[in-house]
Amino acid sequence: MKAAAFAYARATSVVNALELLAAHGDRAKVLSGGQSLMPAMNLRLLSPDILVDIGGLAELRGIAVRGNVLVVGALTRHVDMLRSPEIALHAPLLRDAVAHVAHPAIRNRGTIGGSLAHADPASELPPCVVALDATVVIRGPAGERRIAATEFFKGIYETALSPDELLVAIELPVAGQGSTFFFQEYARRHGDYAIVGLAARAVVAVGGFTDLRLGFFAVGDRPLLAAAAGKLVNASVTPALLAEAATALADELDPQEDQQATAAMRRHLAAVLLRRCVAALLARPELEAGAAT
Amino acid sequence: MTETRATDTLSVLDRPNSYIGKTVPRPNLDRLLQGRGQYVSDLEMPRMAHVVFLRSPHAHAKIVMIDADAAKRMSGVISIVTGRELEAVITPWVGVLSHLKGLKSAPQHAIAVDRVCWQGEAVAAIVATSRAAAEDAMEHIAVEYEELEAVTDMCTALDPATPVIHASLGDNLAFERTLDAGDVDRALSESDVVEADFVFGRHTGVTLEPRAVVADWNAAEARLTIYQGTQAPHMVQNIAALHLGLREAQVRVVCKDVGGSFGIKVHIYADEMATYALSKLLRRPVKFVADRVESFNTDIHARDHRCRGRIGVRPDGTITAFEIDDLTGIGPYSMYPRTSAIEANQVVNLVGGPYVTPNYRARARVVFQNKNVMCQYRAVGHPIACSVTEGLVDLAAARIGMDPVEIRRRNLIADDAYPCASPSGMRFEQLSHHASLAKLLQMMDYDALRAEQAALRARNVHRGIGIASFIEVTNPSAAFYGVGGAKISSQDGVAVRLDAQGSVICQTSITEQGQGSESLTAQIVGSVLGVSMERVRVILGDTDNTPYGGGTWASRGAGIGGEAALQAAKALRRNILDVAAAILQSTPAGLDIVNNSIVNADDGTPRIELNELARIVYFRPDTLPPGIQAELIATRHFVPRQYPFAFTNGIQASWLEVDVETGFVTLLKHWVVEDCGTIINPQLVDEQIRGGVVQGLGAALFEKCIYDERGQLTNANMADYLVPMSGEMPDIEIGHVVSPTQESELGAKGAGEAGTAGAAAAVANAVNDALRPFGAIITEIPLTPQVILTALGRI
Ligand SMILES: Cc1cc2nc3c(=O)[nH]c(=O)nc-3n(C[C@H](O)[C@H](O)[C@H](O)COP(=O)(O)OP(=O)(O)OC[C@H]3O[C@@H](n4cnc5c(N)ncnc54)[C@H](O)[C@@H]3O)c2cc1C
Repeated sequence: MKAAAFAYARATSVVNALELLAAHGDRAKVLSGGQSLMPAMNLRLLSPDILVDIGGLAELRGIAVRGNVLVVGALTRHVDMLRSPEIALHAPLLRDAVAHVAHPAIRNRGTIGGSLAHADPASELPPCVVALDATVVIRGPAGERRIAATEFFKGIYETALSPDELLVAIELPVAGQGSTFFFQEYARRHGDYAIVGLAARAVVAVGGFTDLRLGFFAVGDRPLLAAAAGKLVNASVTPALLAEAATALADELDPQEDQQATAAMRRHLAAVLLRRCVAALLARPELEAGAAT
Repeated sequence: MTETRATDTLSVLDRPNSYIGKTVPRPNLDRLLQGRGQYVSDLEMPRMAHVVFLRSPHAHAKIVMIDADAAKRMSGVISIVTGRELEAVITPWVGVLSHLKGLKSAPQHAIAVDRVCWQGEAVAAIVATSRAAAEDAMEHIAVEYEELEAVTDMCTALDPATPVIHASLGDNLAFERTLDAGDVDRALSESDVVEADFVFGRHTGVTLEPRAVVADWNAAEARLTIYQGTQAPHMVQNIAALHLGLREAQVRVVCKDVGGSFGIKVHIYADEMATYALSKLLRRPVKFVADRVESFNTDIHARDHRCRGRIGVRPDGTITAFEIDDLTGIGPYSMYPRTSAIEANQVVNLVGGPYVTPNYRARARVVFQNKNVMCQYRAVGHPIACSVTEGLVDLAAARIGMDPVEIRRRNLIADDAYPCASPSGMRFEQLSHHASLAKLLQMMDYDALRAEQAALRARNVHRGIGIASFIEVTNPSAAFYGVGGAKISSQDGVAVRLDAQGSVICQTSITEQGQGSESLTAQIVGSVLGVSMERVRVILGDTDNTPYGGGTWASRGAGIGGEAALQAAKALRRNILDVAAAILQSTPAGLDIVNNSIVNADDGTPRIELNELARIVYFRPDTLPPGIQAELIATRHFVPRQYPFAFTNGIQASWLEVDVETGFVTLLKHWVVEDCGTIINPQLVDEQIRGGVVQGLGAALFEKCIYDERGQLTNANMADYLVPMSGEMPDIEIGHVVSPTQESELGAKGAGEAGTAGAAAAVANAVNDALRPFGAIITEIPLTPQVILTALGRI
């Protein structure tokens, strides 16, 4: 398990990184935290000719609030998000999610940019940025472009990024009044990728939802912003309505079968998560049990 | 601790300042923590080459052609060797033992010749200047295979329609054993009968340091030095010599620090044999370190059993009979030299073992299949036997509406019934099932826990309590392997020497892979001699520099190697006192050794320090009285002879919660009470128990080698093969009952496998206990969410 030989370049600036990517095309790979890329290279699943290491680019680091927007640089490490007061205040969903990502040693190196660019369908951060209605900021040879997180993920390990582009930052709307969040996943061991998970943002007023974004993950080839959530918004949530939403959710899911779970099990767990999420966000425990049968 | 047997006289272990029974830190801790461990994976030697094995992608195939021309020309490549070429250096082997009647297997080669029989079997060796260069070259070897039908399902391995893997053997049956004791038919006809199929996931023992070997053939000396992380250096010496055409004196095996073994490193693996042979062939040191994927594909697997069990029970709770039909698939070869029939054999030996019923019938069949080889891993057979037995006992209790504790109380062998024997002929010297059960109930506060369970159930929270009694085979005599013809020693030796400054050097044939062999040896020697532990240096793991012996496996190090250490230290003590008496014009009986000094036996007055005595002996022997020749070294060996095995016993309990919506199990608490006889170092024993429990919990909930129907191992990596991790582990509370064996002065039995023996059974019983309101019964491990949700009818 040794990586095949490769060349290595440490980018000196974003511009320099983009030049290197332009020069080598899809024979190059961006190296960020290396926590997904290096294992794949050691298993010789990937053998890039050259690595473009962006680890030294200070311009890609940092968490800042600009007006109503929270900007998180691509090189922000998982551990930085876990500890950041800005994240805790404005996007606590990310903090809750990151606590489920791997283990401390990996969180000390892995980055949000790497995680989103890697686009593992069982990964925690992609559904968060979808649920939070984030914007992905991308730089390429033609300059900067912005794309909605909901449009960014294209499939298993596939995104809207092309090989000559860099993900530079994520922009998140800061949490407004009445915003509440829910994050839960089912994994056999702490730190494992989820069997099924849910990252949700809601606005709750007078006992009901005025907004609800449900980002399911590990239920398809990319994070799913469930349309079924619409049934629960501006409505009186009853066990019957919740059951109706669960049925609608089942139609949206396209789960894969793997060693951990059949498709049927994933559908079942997604429905359980939906009930538990709604019950938790509305602080109505009876909703969780009510639809249990 | 509860002493079940009073010792009438003070033994050598109760001397002043004894270390026995005390938690003392391991002497090797600082060395390991400061990164000064000597692991084979780290070993570098001049001219050392690295070998990588090209492994079969097919479970069963003919090798039509190997084209390594392009690869041979690549930079860094020293040699590429096929099975045919290596045959000239090393002979094949057959993993059978004569006492396992009827056991058969086919000749196995160091590298496959003509045919591969499992996915992962080595097809060619690439020797290069670095592992990376060898891996580069490996990608350029072209092998043409002709795929053969793979036998993967053990349930159909014996069907006439299934191809026979080794034509010369006639069929796919490796071994079969039957046993019929008492009158099972009659007992069952007069009882309620409950039966179930128990299914166990094939899994493996994941060691932190993979298997690693450096073989160094010195042509000038005509001698091979093997540096290897192994549990049994003398066994490796014997086997390597045998198949390389050398005398044992031409092979030295050195085994320093080992990053975990668990039985994985007690076998002879084909790729290790190939590495020895390559060194001889290429006349230079060759290193092989398995990578993680190779480890999953070639480290022995274990526990792939399906066992149908029946139990008879009367309304008063009397268990009237056990009956089992066990089937296990062991891969294409019986492993060498311990064989792959031992686990099934143990299952037959152990089922029903804690209980009084004399009626027991068993059949075990061991079949070949095209998967990785299976063999002995920590607690060989015990988890199967315990899960089947204890699962059946719980089912019987449920059938008659009796509490699981009560049915055990009524059927466990009484603590005053010893010595006695089980229906399978296992002889028990002294066990303590009832004392252990009583202690367990008190530790876990059983009644309060039951009340809590009932209260929570009313709130739709589903918790369960599971209990499992077990017996454990430890301190094996020659009955294990020797009688079957294997050159695996059941005796161990220890040499103890006083150096010229009164320190002690101790060479032992047991080995250290983290169990604390170094520590317990130093504790015993220090205590018996009257020397402080810092002055005792223990040398192990070197066939040139230790007495001959078995090593560390089958929970034997402390019980057998420890007794040899005790006897050697006693002999040296006598020798020292003889000289001291001569120097001090006293008598040996009038003197003692305490705190590194010779003292008066009666009042403890110091007479002469050991370093002064050593100075006189080594440098001024002219001052000793005529005729006195000091012998400041003594060697003793020990092997159990009265009992084939020193059985131990214990009981475990699990308290857990099942989320009936998701099928996830949360382990809340685990208790173990076990009886390993004399406890030399409580911390070491508890560490052994805890570590063993964790491996048992891994089997219960997480670990499984998942093969597809074509014999492909589909989760050969640390992301998909789930080892138990600390986050999921409960607190494990341990209690002891002490019934020393009378067969040795030390009285120690083994403790290394007790934790693994019963953990999965306790968990499975607890899950079924939690699911009782739903009427679901699961007799399959690992208990994954998928399995639990399916049983609950949720999916
Ligand atoms: C044992 C283990 C367990 C793990 N468990 C989890 C888990 O439970 N959940 C989870 O989400 N993750 C898990 N991970 C993965 C971890 O979160 C990674 O850190 C993350 O997926 C990738 O981030 P990275 O910075 O390490 O990226 P790298 O590994 O450096 O890169 C990943 C990919 O993204 C590309 N890339 C990186 N940065 C950019 C960029 N700025 N622009 C364009 N392309 C880029 C790379 O070229 C590469 O293809 C685990 C990893 C390990 C080793």
